[in-house]
Amino acid sequence: MADPISQFQIKNLVTLGQIGGHEIAITNSTLFMGLTVAGIAALLIGGSARRAVVPGRLQSIVELSYEFVANTVQSTAGSAGMKFFPLVFSLFMFILFANMIGIIPNTFTVTSHLIVTFAMAMLVFLTVVGYGFYKHGLGFLRLFVPGGVPLYILPLIVVIEVLSFLSRPISHSVRLFANILAGHITLKVLASFVPMVAGIGVVGWFGAVAPLSLVVAITALEVLVAFLQAYVFAILTCIYLNDAIHPGH
Amino acid sequence: MDPVAAKYIGAGIACIGMAGAAIGVGQIFSNFLSGALRNPSAAQGQFGNLIFGFAVTEALGIFSLLVALLLLFAL
Repeated sequence: MADPISQFQIKNLVTLGQIGGHEIAITNSTLFMGLTVAGIAALLIGGSARRAVVPGRLQSIVELSYEFVANTVQSTAGSAGMKFFPLVFSLFMFILFANMIGIIPNTFTVTSHLIVTFAMAMLVFLTVVGYGFYKHGLGFLRLFVPGGVPLYILPLIVVIEVLSFLSRPISHSVRLFANILAGHITLKVLASFVPMVAGIGVVGWFGAVAPLSLVVAITALEVLVAFLQAYVFAILTCIYLNDAIHPGH
Repeated sequence: MDPVAAKYIGAGIACIGMAGAAIGVGQIFSNFLSGALRNPSAAQGQFGNLIFGFAVTEALGIFSLLVALLLLFAL
């Protein structure tokens, strides 16, 4: 059986040299990040190049994705949150494209590595902390003191609020990473059943149809998960940014 | 006990935690559906809240899956 984990291996494609004992190389992860960005750039530039009054197919996709993210930001973070629209839109498109490219067999999924998702989650977290203190000063700390709580349990609530705030980047990044990882492992394990069953003989050839169709069905589910996780990442970003914009509960 | 066997048993036990997340996610969607069928016009506006609740609940199940995966492949 093929090892279900080997698909996440990072391989050096071009080794550029070493800095302080660490290899600097263009890996397959770098390549697919570049492909993701190139795909997004091609779609957005291609779609907005002609700017027809009656949009064509490509322009419709661009306008739909723009309006979709804009509505999400508008409804969760308010109009004050629209200044963070570029951040949310970039994150959404990057994760969506990375996930979608990863579903194509024999490709590498950028978001299946914790360090990638954690870097994005930390970006959001530091933006929230930085903007919160910049906008409200120490008043940002009101975020940890919900109103209407009796005084004697307030210390406990504050501790819980601080802990849940600090664990946000962890859950934010692990959610995306583990969803993609688990989905790809499931696909690989189910796909390895196909040659296993087909190896039995003529009966096995017909029997292998069952796991094969299951793989197709799971792939369809993965397309849904790829979109859903990008949306979840974007909407959580909006909700966290909303805390920085309006810290009072 | 053989440590490798104990590792696999531990990974299996860790996956039980996902049952709790499954119940939680089912609760969220069933309650959303029953609410949405009572008042379909208000359902559209609550889609974001639905996905947010789903994501927060699902994360806990994913954590137990992560423990299982760590046991199987990383330790």
